This record gives sequence, C-alpha cells and structure tokens, in this order.
Amino acid sequence: MAALLETRRLSAFYGQTQALFDVDLTVEERGVTAVLGANGAGKTTLLRALCAMVRRQGEILFEGAPFNPREAEEAARRRIAHVPDGRGTFLELTVEENLRLGAYTRKDRSEVARDLKRAFDHFPRLEERRRQQAGSLSGGEQQMLAISRALMLRPRLLLLDEPSFGLAPLVVKDIFRILRAINRDEGVSMLIVEQNANLALDLADRAFLLETGRVAVSGASSEVRADESVRRVYLGY
Amino acid sequence: MFALTHQLLSGLAMGSIYACVALAIVMIYQATRLVNFAQGEMAMLSTYLAWAMIQAGVPYWAAFFLTVAISFVVGAAIERLVIRRFDGAPVLTVVIVFIGLLVIINSVAGWLFTYEIQTFDSPFPDTARFGAGYISPHEMGAIGVTLVMLALIYAFFRFTPLGLAMRAAAQNPVSARLVGISVGRMLAIGWGLAAAVGAVAGMMAAPIVYLDPNMMGGILLYGFAAALLGGIDNPWGAAAGGFLVGVLENLAGAYLVGSEIKLSVALAIIVGVLVAKPSGLFGRVVVTRV
Repeated sequence: MAALLETRRLSAFYGQTQALFDVDLTVEERGVTAVLGANGAGKTTLLRALCAMVRRQGEILFEGAPFNPREAEEAARRRIAHVPDGRGTFLELTVEENLRLGAYTRKDRSEVARDLKRAFDHFPRLEERRRQQAGSLSGGEQQMLAISRALMLRPRLLLLDEPSFGLAPLVVKDIFRILRAINRDEGVSMLIVEQNANLALDLADRAFLLETGRVAVSGASSEVRADESVRRVYLGY
Repeated sequence: MFALTHQLLSGLAMGSIYACVALAIVMIYQATRLVNFAQGEMAMLSTYLAWAMIQAGVPYWAAFFLTVAISFVVGAAIERLVIRRFDGAPVLTVVIVFIGLLVIINSVAGWLFTYEIQTFDSPFPDTARFGAGYISPHEMGAIGVTLVMLALIYAFFRFTPLGLAMRAAAQNPVSARLVGISVGRMLAIGWGLAAAVGAVAGMMAAPIVYLDPNMMGGILLYGFAAALLGGIDNPWGAAAGGFLVGVLENLAGAYLVGSEIKLSVALAIIVGVLVAKPSGLFGRVVVTRV
C-alpha cells in the first residue's frame, strides 16, 4: 500500500509554545490511522497543523507530493475534510445548508445532489430535520451532521477529531459502524484522533500514541494494542 | 386625516433610506462584529460620483448603476487595503480607523466638490399620476427602489451558493475555512455589497435632503437607530426597523417635538432599545442544545 499522507518531523506551535515535536506519521491509501493520547498530548494540534490552523515546521507529503498549505481553505481544495474539535457545525444554518457547504469547493452539481441524498440515506434523522437550524440538533445528530458534511467533499482523506466526544455509548457505536462502512465501501482514508483507544484501535489499521507532543509508540493497531504501556494506561486492563 | 396619511407615507420614504443604511451597517456587523461609522460618508461620496456623472451628461439610470458598481469595487478595496491590516487589532483601534475614514472621506468630498449645497435631480416625474398630495413621486420611487433592492439582496443570500458561503463565513469563520471558503474574499464582497447598498441610499436621499458632504450625518444616526431597533443581528429586522424609524421620526416631528429637534428621536430610540430590549424587535434567538 502507498502512503496517502506522510508527515516528516512535523512540529507545531501556539505562539512561542511548541505543542508538537518532530512527529513522523503515515496514513495509507484507503487506510485508517488512529492517534491516541491523553488530554493535552497534541492530538488536536496535529490535525490543526495539517490544515494550516497553527504555525508549523517540518514536511507534509500528500498524494506523494509536498503539501504546504498556508490557509486552512487549501486543505479542502485538496479534498482533505476536517471534522474539527467541537464539530464545527454552522449552528444558525439549516441542516441542509450545512451539508451543501461541505461541497462548497465542488463544481459537479448533479453529483452533489446525489451525495446529499446519500447522506440522508446514511442518516435518515438528518433528512427529517433538513430544514431545521443545526443548533437545535442533539449532540449525536450534530456529530452525524459533521461527518456527513465532511463526506460531501468526497474527501480523499477524512480528519476526525474525537468523534465519540460527549456522546452516549450507543450513539458512538452507531457512528463508528458507519465510519467503518464508509472506509470499506468508499475507500475514504481516515486519520482519527480519539481518547477512546479501544474504539479507535478496532477501526484503525495503524496507530500512534502521542505523549506531550511526541510519538511514544507507533505501529500496526494490533502491535500498539499489545504494547504493555498502552494497555495499562489507555486500555485499562 | 390627510395630514396624518401624508406624514406616514413620507415617513416610509425616508424610512426606506434608513433601511438601506441599516442593512449596510448590519451586513458588516454580522461578519466582523464591528460598526462601520464611515458607512454614511462612503454613501455620500458615491452620491457625488453619481452627481458628477449626471452633470457630465450621463443618463440618470446609467449613472445610477455605474455608481452602484463602482461603489462595490471601492468598498471591497477599502476592506482589502485598509481594514484587513487591522485584523485582530483591539476593537477601539478599528473604531478609530473607521472614524478616521469618516473624516478623510468627508474632507476629500469637500475638497473635490466644495461644501456648497447642490441639488440632485430625481429620476422620477415631477407630477404624480396618482396619490397626489399624499406622497411625492420621488418618495414613492425611493420606496420602490429600496424594496426591489431588498428583495434582490434577500434572494442573493438565501438562494445562491455565494450568499450561503458569506453567511457561513460570517457565523463561523473557522469552519468556513475548513470547507474551503476563502473568508477574506467573503469579507471583501460583504464590504462591497454594503457600499453598494449605501450608494443606493445616498442617491435616493439626495433629492430630499440635498447634496453636500454632511448630508449623511443625520441619516447615519437614523440608520444606527433602525439597526438597533430591528436587531443588529438580523438584516431583515434592521430593514424593517428603518421603515419604522422613518415613520416614528416623521410623526414625532409633526405632532410631538417639531422638526427642529426631531433628530433627537433617533437618539431616544437608540437609548430606549438598549435599555429595554438590547436584541431589538426582531433580534434572532439562536436555539442551542448542549
């Protein structure tokens, strides 16, 4: 398998404070990579660095060529969809408007209409509420909307920041089932940041453990799962 | 009864001008949380541009549309070249920049066109075919032009992808960038639209208040009052507020305080709204669940 995304010695900064140190990471073509770690380990920062939302150093390779975004909107133009920390919902717009915005950079209108239908097939609840303000949705529905909005880009790579955050276990299960289906059926590669290590490792083929901004453990999901320290600290058995 | 109807209708006419100014203010406020104090002066300069073109022999409606288009470009350029440099600066800094723009534009207009008061012809016929006495043809025309413009802007924001992108960029710039919207470009377009709307207000006001570099002073104040009354978060509320303020102003001027001090009506409305209902009559309430 070829690497779709690769970072080399990627560092990131908030003002003068360095939050990420020399991270080497890969996402395979059609693969899912999980980034694990505690609060403040730099997981969200990593996703932000990929989308030019924080100052960074080091190299990013995307589709085999250097990718040097200077503005966050360049990521979307390269069909990298980012479901950010806090979901990034346009709360005052309707559900349908949120979805249409996901396809903002696309010009193929008829295909967009088809994808809108597909999003409603994935999540019928969104179709029932398509004319409602997105802010009136429940947390789980908003997460479904955020994922659907990202898929409207027909992304090459989906960046997911804690999709399980603040949701009931049953809803989380549902969302991960759909993520798996999207990866398997549509070949969308994913880089997923999660605190819930078990869930993320089930979905991912590769995993990286971040500790205070550095990669502490990395490898195939099964290896990372078997790692003594990961098991004790993050999996709890 | 005749007098009252007359006051109501001519109030609506001035109100349509306040509605334009309020809409221009709200469009920029929604995207930046800043009130552009130079909005009135920008409109005044646009009006002089139209006047100069008409003096040079350009037919009225050609001058009208050219002015709207040029105002759009100049408004967008002011955002790109001046305001953009103060991105992230403290609010007070930006307010000073706006006031600086106000003074500069006012002086430039005075320097170019002198402070002498000029007449500005109305494009509408002198004698009314109907409604004679109640409302002048120009007043009726101003209401019509404003309503058409409001409808166009509504349709633009509501039904076009660019309008949707502008609303998204105003509400949530971070997410807007992540879906690929160039927020900077949206801001420039917003400034351009506000300047164009302001230009329409200026051209509709000039036949009524006459043309001079200070013509928009009082109108801007009424525009603020209208924006606050309607809800500074809601462009359509602000436009409705404009019509309401126009009527209130005229009725108060005729029956309550006299025309000499009727500008204080605007201030009374501003203070009253801020005390009683800061979100305005039509201020939107965002539904949020946690």
